[in-house]
Formats: sequence, structure tokens, C-alpha cells
Amino acid sequence: MAAASTAGAVELSRDTLLEMYERMVQIRIFEDLAGKNFAAGLIPGFVHLYAGEEAVAVGICSQLTDNDYITSTHRGHGHCIAKGVDIPGMVAELMGKSTGVCKGKGGSMHIADVEKGMLGANGIVGGGIPLACGAALTAKTLGTGGVAVCFFGDGAANQGTFHEGLNLAAIWNLPVVFVCENNGYAESTPVRYHCSASDIANRAGAYEIPGVVVDGLDVFAVYEAAGEAIARARRGDGPSLLEAKTYRFYGHFQGDQVTYRTAEELDQYKQRDPIAALHVAIVDRGIASEDELATIDARVTQQLDDAWTAAKEAPFPELAETLTDVYVRY
Amino acid sequence: MVAAAATRTMTYQQAITEALQIAMREDPTVVLLGEDIAGGAMVDHLVNDDAWGGPMGVTKGLVQEFGRNRVLDTPITEAGFIGAAVGAAATGLRPVAELMFVDFFGCCMDQIFDQGAKFRYMFGGKAKCPVTIRTQIGAGVSAAGQHSGCHYSVFTHMPGIKCVIPSTPADAKGLLLSAIRDDDLVMFFENKVLYGTKGEVPEGEDGIPLGVADIKREGDDVTIVAISRMVHQALSAAEALSAEGIEAEVIDPRTLSPLDDETILSSVAKTHRLVIVDEDNPRCSAATDIAALVADRGFDTLDAPIKLVTAPHTPVPFSPPLEQFYVPSPERIADVVREIV
Ligand SMILES: Cc1ncc(C[n+]2csc(CCOP(=O)(O)OP(=O)(O)O)c2C)c(N)n1
Ligand SMILES: [Mg+2]
Repeated sequence: MAAASTAGAVELSRDTLLEMYERMVQIRIFEDLAGKNFAAGLIPGFVHLYAGEEAVAVGICSQLTDNDYITSTHRGHGHCIAKGVDIPGMVAELMGKSTGVCKGKGGSMHIADVEKGMLGANGIVGGGIPLACGAALTAKTLGTGGVAVCFFGDGAANQGTFHEGLNLAAIWNLPVVFVCENNGYAESTPVRYHCSASDIANRAGAYEIPGVVVDGLDVFAVYEAAGEAIARARRGDGPSLLEAKTYRFYGHFQGDQVTYRTAEELDQYKQRDPIAALHVAIVDRGIASEDELATIDARVTQQLDDAWTAAKEAPFPELAETLTDVYVRY
Repeated sequence: MVAAAATRTMTYQQAITEALQIAMREDPTVVLLGEDIAGGAMVDHLVNDDAWGGPMGVTKGLVQEFGRNRVLDTPITEAGFIGAAVGAAATGLRPVAELMFVDFFGCCMDQIFDQGAKFRYMFGGKAKCPVTIRTQIGAGVSAAGQHSGCHYSVFTHMPGIKCVIPSTPADAKGLLLSAIRDDDLVMFFENKVLYGTKGEVPEGEDGIPLGVADIKREGDDVTIVAISRMVHQALSAAEALSAEGIEAEVIDPRTLSPLDDETILSSVAKTHRLVIVDEDNPRCSAATDIAALVADRGFDTLDAPIKLVTAPHTPVPFSPPLEQFYVPSPERIADVVREIV
């Protein structure tokens, strides 16, 4: 398979690279299986898949710890996995089982793990942006050294919350990195229609914070650009906006007929598959062999098969769970 | 008596599409705004075709007939485009905006309740705001906590807003036509679980007046007031009860604001018993509002306590068994009726 150039300037250790590769493969297989099992009727509700965008979540979250926060979107599985949320718990959550990370009460669009700093996938477009400012305010006020990374789509960049959030982060000098995952579409609407800016990163200028465009299919490029923004936030130098140009390999949600994209366009992007590109880079640079990568692929496949088996066998929540968790105390 | 119009069998969804088409044909100031209501804007190969026609296909085909100047795809910017619809309504257009899911009202509520709903009053009767906001409500498809609410009670609470909640294809068509022709701000609540349901729908362009309840089933033993999808749950319960010799009268208010007080009060005066079935959360709700109405003005006609069958005071759970438990079922309704008959 032809690979995009990944001649990134960053030098990454073997361990880091292989971890990033494994995370990206986890996301891809998680999503492929989610798509398949949705079609098989095992996942109720709406499912939005992240396949194709793995380099963004992994290139960024591999530089974060549990002490850092992220906010996510309806297309949140990749962010969750990259931030270390328990995969079997995620699979069970997709099925609405009691062993799910949210006890089956949230589902795909609300997977969260606050202990890991994962403040939730989000069913409200733009809903996570002010929340990330709040998390950054906590980190700053309590002096934890943590940062908040806020993932959102191109479509979300038109919500008021985006503009309010950027301004707030700028005037309060908050340690937040805004990451716009521009995959070209908001549902069936192309970004060239819905957005006034040719680059969403340009909007950073209005708030006088750094705005950077990066190739979201190139994990090295994402790693490098995000590294600078994260370091800047950690240093106390305030927020930045990173726009990652990326692409989703599936439709907006499972069931979308995707009449608004051409097969050629999809094909072009599949030629630049971020995982295939990383694979080639790892082998070409002599970091690991084909066999070693195949071992990782097999391990992840097994891990996900096991997770699905366990989730299928797990019970649904007790009906009484419907009434719990509304308040801490009432 | 006027001859009844000929009818056809249609889905709830088709009935809504038809009403939109009629309204757009009869009035060039009717424009539609919403996210992906056509879809595929500026996609070359689609030319003037829609990519989606709305997330559920309710507005499908309209862009082909009316063009993109009257079927406007919007960015994801609810405060922006709902507000623009309100402003356009105040200045000569008659917009129909689509708020994809009612749960998103938090993103645009200022433009609805603090702007559009209050213009007329605050401006001393010198303005009007003929906007209709269509939105999707209801649990039942595991759409989870941020895509499954009802929330029509919130809007019913607010002066200046009319609230329309059809339960059948015929009501959906007739009420939507009246909503669009109405000179006030109307919230039009479409239940996502009902889109595929079928019924007889009259041909023609007649609207159904706002503020007129419909008796969906006659009976002498108990009055069940039910809203939206709950009308169908109540009708199932009524069938089961009928086998036991209990005849329920099922009333569909069809609009919560204005509310047809008289139809409800006179039914209770006949049956002496009232059960209200509502999928919305129970505090300060449509159900408690109707209960208060009857407690206040129909107390003497009651032979038993008023009973409410509602969703619990929780968000909507994702897991299918929990979600099913959340929504009032025909069994729960029948049990409650048996308690008081
Ligand atoms: C406030 C709000 N409006 C509309 C929607 C419906 N919706 C869900 S995802 C989506 C498109 C989001 O596009 P983008 O931000 O580009 O993210 P992508 O799906 O491309 O990852 C829309 C309109 C929503 N969930 N929340
Ligand atoms: Mg997008």
C-alpha cells in the first residue's frame, strides 16, 4: 500500500512509537467491529465511527497523563481509547450492559472516565468546548500542572461555544489546547459550505492565540504540533488552536448512505491511511519488523474479540438502576 | 354537515412532509431552515438533489421543488439559525426551523423564549413572530441521555409560545398547517417513534385548529388524557381494560398551549375519574398542569384521586431494558386505571 510521507522531524523512542501504533490499531479494530456488530443488531442507538482519524487522538493523547483532561464528541471512541479508557468496559457500554464504563446508562455517545481525565464523549455538538475551559481552570487554579485538550469537529467550530470558549481561554490564559478535527464534513454538509474560513485555524487570530494547521493523517506531524501546544499550555503561556485535516472512513453514523461523497474521494484518503503510513515508517526506519507489528495486530484482535465475548455474556443493568445517579444525595 | 375529505394511508413522516409542501406552495414567504434538511450543499455531483432531507428524511424532496433559497441548510449553530428564523418571522418571512432534537434547546433557548416569545408583549402588541420550530422528541430508540427527552413541558410553561404535539399522521398534517399559518411562535413536537406509523390522512389543505383536543376513544368509566406517543399506549391499555368491562375515554389534547380545558373537564364530569399519561419528566409538567386544572375546576366531579403515569424524574437511560422501563407502558397505565375504577 502506498504510504504518505511520514518523515517527521520528531525523534520518538521505539516504545513510544510501538505504543502509538498499538493504540491506533486498537481504535481501528474497535471501530471496524463496532460497525459490524451495529449492523448485526448488537449495538442499539447511534454509532459514529472514528476510523481514519486515529492519528489525531493518538498523536495528542500519547503526550498526556491521567492528570490531564480531554473533552470529546459524539465521535468519541478514539479519544477514549487514546486516553486509556478500559476497552472491555467500552464495548460493554456500547451494548448497554451493566459492566459498561457508565453501567450501560450512557452508551456510545456518553462514554466517560473522569478518573482518567476523560470528561465524556458528547451528544451536543460544541458541548465540550466550555467544559475544557473549566477543566483547564481547575488545573490552573489548583496548580496541578495538568492541561485540557478539547476535541471537536469542523461543524462544531460554528457553535457559539467555540467562540466563547476560545475567548475565555485567551483572556484567562488557560492551559487548554483546542483541537479541531476537520474531516471535511458536518453530517452531509461540506466544510466549504458551512464555514466562512478557509482554515478553521484562522479563527485563532480573532482571539490572538496561536492557530496551526496540521496534516491529521500524519501521526508524526500531529505529535509535533500538539507537543508544542501542550508544552506552551503547561508553561503557563495559554491556549492554542490546532486544526487537524483528517477524514472519516465511514459515514457520519452507521446507516448513513453517504451520497454526498464520491468513491474516488474516499479512495484517495484510504490511500493515505494513517495506520498504514505509520506501519511503513516503523518498518522503513528499522524500528520494528513486519512480524513484530503483526504480533501487535494479533494481540489487539484477540483483546477485542475477548471484550466482545465478555460483553455479550454480561447482564443488562437491573431496572432499579434507572432511578439511581441523578443526584449525589436527594 | 360538510362532506369529509377523501383520505389516503400515510405515515406520520409523510404527512409532515406533505404539510410542509402545501405550506410552501401556498405562501412564498414560507422558508425552511435547519441542519442537513437538504444536505449536500455545494456538493457538485448532487446538483440540486438533497443528500439527506433531514436526519429522518422528513424534508426529503423539498429542495428539488423549492430550491436552496427556500430550503436552507444551516451550519451547526442553533442560536444562530433559530434566532435568524425568529428575526425573519418578525420582519415578513414565515420560517419553519428544524431543531434536530428538542434536547438541543439549551443551545438556542434565549432566541426562542426571551426574544421571539416576548416580542409581541414587550412591544405593546406591535409585533408578531409567525415562526414554527419543528423538533423531535421521545425515548424508544436508545438515542440516550441527550437525544431522547420530551421537554415540551418546559415550553408550555412559557407565555408567548404555542405547543403542538401530534400523535397521528392526520393530526400531524392538519396541525402543522395551522402552526405554520399561525401568527405566533409555535413549537411543533414530532415523536421519533411515530414517524413510521400509518394512518388515514385527509387530502386537501385544511388545517386542524390549535387548542382543540381530540377524543381518540369514547368511554364512560375513566378519562385518560395522553400526550404524543402515550396516546397509543393509552389506547392499548383501553383495549385491555375493555375486555374487563372498563371503558376508558382517551383524550389527546393535541396542543398543550393553548390547552382545550373544556374537553378535558367535560369528559371528567362524565367519567368522574382521571389518569394522565405523559412521557415527559413529572415535575412541573404537562401532566401536573392538567391535574391542577381538574383539581381546581373539576374537583366536585371526581370520585377518585387523579393519577399520573409518567416517566421518572431522571434523564433517559441508554440501556434498552432501562429505557423501556422509563417509558410508561400500556400495562402500567391499565394497572393505574384498575386502582381507581
Ligand atoms: C447541538 C447539536 N446540534 C446538532 C447535533 C446533530 N449532529 C450530531 S453530529 C453533527 C455533525 C457534527 O459535525 P462535526 O462537528 O464536523 O463532527 P464530525 O461528525 O464530522 O466528527 C450534528 C449536526 C447535535 N448532536 N448537537
Ligand atoms: Mg466534521
